[in-house]
Amino acid sequence: MTGTEDVHTTDPDLPPQPVPLGALLLVVAAGGGIGSLARYGVAVALPHGRSELPLSTLLVNVVGCVLLGVLVGGWPDAKWLRPFLGTGVLGGFTTFSAFALETDRLVDRAPVVGMVYVALSLLLGLSGAALGLRLGSRGR
Amino acid sequence: MTALLVVLGACVGAPLRLLVSRAVPDENGTLVVNVVGSLLLGLFAGLSGHPYALLGVGFCGAFTTYSTFAVEAVSLRARSSLRYVAMSVALCCLACGLGLAVTG
Repeated sequence: MTGTEDVHTTDPDLPPQPVPLGALLLVVAAGGGIGSLARYGVAVALPHGRSELPLSTLLVNVVGCVLLGVLVGGWPDAKWLRPFLGTGVLGGFTTFSAFALETDRLVDRAPVVGMVYVALSLLLGLSGAALGLRLGSRGR
Repeated sequence: MTALLVVLGACVGAPLRLLVSRAVPDENGTLVVNVVGSLLLGLFAGLSGHPYALLGVGFCGAFTTYSTFAVEAVSLRARSSLRYVAMSVALCCLACGLGLAVTG
């Protein structure tokens, strides 16, 4: 492991410019804490039953996809903004593990709701990311 | 207290995701964190209260990411994108189911 992060553009989780690794890890940890706290707040505000659509996860994931698209499209080279907001805050705000767990549980309890959940997550998440990228690069 | 544990777990999970992304090239890094994080959440799913807030909501939630997955998926060429999306959903759900089966 070197002290300086490699320049990398294909993985949105990696910083667009070289930055010291120690500071990078701290910035991502701080952002991740903030984003995850916000995700937890949304989950508390929007509870759902065991056989219902997990609206809170769907909402944070779709909103996070749009915002990461805007950030990557609009500020592709931002040295600290990308790691803090993208890798940290939005990486912590959105979650794939809860999506997988909720899908597995719904497949057992309410298969149709489970299929709708996967379809909505993919459709809205991916089109949200594409929309965000377009909006971001237009504003540049 | 619960919120503090969520933040603590996330402060470990998010930088750990960055380290995996540095070690595994391109979107495969995201695939690895999402599959491993889903397996772990399946294992932790039986927990409740403070341990679940720390390990499940905080750590697994921040270690995995949906936003990076989506931006990568729409940035890839059509065939690679389809394969990436299908593999992510299938492997993460399988891994999480495996975790649930082990502890359940």
